[in-house]
Amino acid sequence: MSDVAALELRDVHVTYRTREGPVPAVRGVDLSVFAGEVVGVAGESGCGKSTIVSTILRLFPASATVTGEVLLGGENVLTMRWGRMRAVRWGVASVVFQGALHSLNPIQRIGTQLVEPIFLHDKLATDNSAATKVRTLLEQVGLPARHADAYPHQLSGGQKQRVMIALALACDPQVLICDEPTTALDVMVQAQILELLIGIARERSMAMLLISHDLSVLGTSCDRVAVMYAGRIIEHGPARAIFDWPEHPYTRALSSAFPTIGDAASRYAPSGLPGDPPFPGDLPSGCPFHPRCPSALPVCPTVDVKLLPAGPGRTAACVLVDQSVPTR
Amino acid sequence: MAVAAAVRAADSDPEPQRPARGGQQGGLGRFIGYRLVAGLGTLVFVLLFNFFLFRMLPGDPAARYRAVKSISPADLAKIRDELTAPLPQQFVAYLKDPLALDGISSWKGQPVWDLVQGRAWPTLVLLGATTIVAVVIGVWIGIKAGWNRGSRFDKVSTAVTLLFYATPEFWLGLLLILLFSTGIGFFPGIFPSGGVIDSGIDPLSFEGITSIADHTVLPAVALAAVYLAEYSLIMRASMVDELGQDYLMTARAKGMMDHMVRRRHAVPNASLPTITLIFLNIGFIIGGAITVETVFSYPGLGLLTFEAVSEQDYVLMQALFLVFTMSVIVFNIIADIVIAVIDPRIRT
Amino acid sequence: MRRASTVTTPKKLSPYAIARMRRKKSLQRFAQAFFGQPAGVIGLVILSVFVLLAVSAPLLFDREMLDITETLGNESLEPPNGDFWLGTDENGRSILAVLVWGARASLVVGLAASLISMVLGTLIGIGSGHYTGLAGSALQRLTDWFLVIPFIPLVVVLAAVLGQRGLGTIVLVLGVTSWPGTARLVRAQTLSVEGRPYLERAKVLGDSDWQQMTKHVLPNVMPLVIANTTLTVAIVILSETTLAFLGLGDPFLDSWGTMLDKATGAGAASTGAWWYLLPPGICVILVVLAFTLIGRTLEVVLNPRLGSE
Repeated sequence: MSDVAALELRDVHVTYRTREGPVPAVRGVDLSVFAGEVVGVAGESGCGKSTIVSTILRLFPASATVTGEVLLGGENVLTMRWGRMRAVRWGVASVVFQGALHSLNPIQRIGTQLVEPIFLHDKLATDNSAATKVRTLLEQVGLPARHADAYPHQLSGGQKQRVMIALALACDPQVLICDEPTTALDVMVQAQILELLIGIARERSMAMLLISHDLSVLGTSCDRVAVMYAGRIIEHGPARAIFDWPEHPYTRALSSAFPTIGDAASRYAPSGLPGDPPFPGDLPSGCPFHPRCPSALPVCPTVDVKLLPAGPGRTAACVLVDQSVPTR
Repeated sequence: MAVAAAVRAADSDPEPQRPARGGQQGGLGRFIGYRLVAGLGTLVFVLLFNFFLFRMLPGDPAARYRAVKSISPADLAKIRDELTAPLPQQFVAYLKDPLALDGISSWKGQPVWDLVQGRAWPTLVLLGATTIVAVVIGVWIGIKAGWNRGSRFDKVSTAVTLLFYATPEFWLGLLLILLFSTGIGFFPGIFPSGGVIDSGIDPLSFEGITSIADHTVLPAVALAAVYLAEYSLIMRASMVDELGQDYLMTARAKGMMDHMVRRRHAVPNASLPTITLIFLNIGFIIGGAITVETVFSYPGLGLLTFEAVSEQDYVLMQALFLVFTMSVIVFNIIADIVIAVIDPRIRT
Repeated sequence: MRRASTVTTPKKLSPYAIARMRRKKSLQRFAQAFFGQPAGVIGLVILSVFVLLAVSAPLLFDREMLDITETLGNESLEPPNGDFWLGTDENGRSILAVLVWGARASLVVGLAASLISMVLGTLIGIGSGHYTGLAGSALQRLTDWFLVIPFIPLVVVLAAVLGQRGLGTIVLVLGVTSWPGTARLVRAQTLSVEGRPYLERAKVLGDSDWQQMTKHVLPNVMPLVIANTTLTVAIVILSETTLAFLGLGDPFLDSWGTMLDKATGAGAASTGAWWYLLPPGICVILVVLAFTLIGRTLEVVLNPRLGSE
């Protein structure tokens, strides 16, 4: 493993300009992913994890202001010239979007869409070499080569997701970002897709960022997990540790919201969280989680907590973790 | 290892449809066949409608022919017999000759079809020129305005197109005559305002073609301006609808330049509803031809319609109405086929 | 810092009062959204000006000014001057007077015919969407077939065939030919509304066909129908102008279209009588534009999916 992170976010802030005022979707995120690692990002909708995805390849809308640094192999994406940006897109890092929806052009054949990035990034590609590459890609994701002639509406959800994965691998990127790759899929298909993704990432020693609202998905397949809430990472550490011994009350609630297979008791008493995640434009004072926190203390609405050490290789943004802050 | 397992899994994935090559073409053929049959059904309805429409007339139908000198009393008696026969008998006679090819115009005394034939080509020239200009320019403006929604180009072009959309095309024609035919103030009166070609010139000669063009410019501009505006608004709306689609994000993420994303992905998808709507509105452009030809005394089918209405020549009106309606039906069928060729979702 | 609101025990409100409050709130929200769109405001302003003119026509210009027997003394086809701000027509009438009175004609025909079209279109649309089976598809076929027939030729032919040149004929002809567009829209909306679960519940609870259609489908469909009808008014006014220009209008009506017909008949274009040609056309453009802007704004405001322009 080299000492330069394949993907690194340093103090990234993303604010959207809206008619009702500025909305801070991401409020200071630091994250790094090294080659060969699988890092997961968990959180409910509105926590900012999808916004993070849009910053890595500079795909955010013009109404968004992004500060901080987003580094791919040491190069800052936010200050690149556009020519370099277009080469980096797909060539250095690619995104596996949710294929089940409309991420594929409905009136173009699968093969045409797979070949497109190949021609964009390889000036020497010929029709033949590209077609061969497409066949190989389809094989790698477990699809028969004849699917290259199909149209998106002729494929099932699982097949479309595989196509999205094949598409993401088309230019042999070093970084793979998976944005909710298993949502909207049947449970059995979910497991297959996940297995496929992790397998490919490990085989090619890619750096993989896996984004999901399903903590159980991340707990089993990632090396490290970062949990996001209200635009910030509120817990970070080895996946297994986070899943089994969550330190932050939010992570605790998130992991216990999913019943564990095999544990009959958990099925009958799923613990949910009261309330909804806060709207980014209207955050509570102090720790943004305090209105819903079962362990909230009087000090919580007053103090905005940063990530504090919470064990070996772990951090959590909660006063309960920090011995130095008085809890009375 | 993971890949092998994935292959096994994928093969057991339930496929909704087998994408076979032959299936695609077969699908298109079947679709065209179905569409033609449906078109036939519409045609039957239109024929029925046309028949009954012109049987609601007040007064003695034969009386109108009295004004025409060139019909002999024997022919007049025959016409009266035809027009006063019981309805079912009339209907049978109608079905044998719905276009009333043998029908005698009560205004000119000539067979209706002679009149229609003679006036057809100017209208084709006019509508052909108008449609090409209106579609090409209108769609281009719509694409640019929709893709760059909110830009200055968008705001200005939308305002201008809305203005032209609200304009009666015949009034625009009158204005153009005022400015460029009669000439007023410092506007040159250089274009002719009547006819389609100067008399005595062979239409197929070079002189003839320039003369035709000279006479067609103003009416074509009057029609094209209004319909260009409509097509531009339609295309813009379709583009705006496509803007939020996820597959455009995918295309951009692949490293494609903005104008290529627009050209290769957004425009083809946005053209689908546009084509449908443009063809659906062909009826309006035909209607526009009626008034514009009248204003410019342009001797086409439109002017013929006006004359038929003014002279209350119902036989001629019936034939013209059928011609117009059938053209629209044919264009609708063409539109559906074009869309089926572009959009694979419809064929399978 | 959020402060917990002082808790007061709420009054017991009757369901009607609650419904009224909710309706008022949604009306307020709608008004805010509508007036936030500059296009809609411009359209509304223009329309108000013309409605004002139409309503106050008798106050501004005596009806007698339109009577050609009264105006024999005036110069015909005079360019604008001190006495006649827009000049005179071929009968010596003040064009400004005819123009203002023409606003009445055009607006009345536009609104009346559109009302007929709205009623017909809504009935047929809901019917074809609600009733499955023979009745429903018959209505749907009817709508599709009517949509194929080209509009202006149909209108021209109907007007010619019905003979009686009059206001009633025009309104009838335009009303009876403009409904297919509305019907199509209403049918699509009806199908979408009927797919919702609460309508299934209503059916199970025993609501009759009529009750389902009026209590549930109709209120959901009305907003879009109103937006669509506004746009229909624009087309109807353009069509009435066209009909009148072709000589199929009511010769005693003096609408803007009739003015243009008479102007052409008097050779205004070839003699350069721009004061006769320009004003009626400009008025038609402005009124049609106004209705189009309002209609488009209503569509945007009432359909959240179309929003964020």
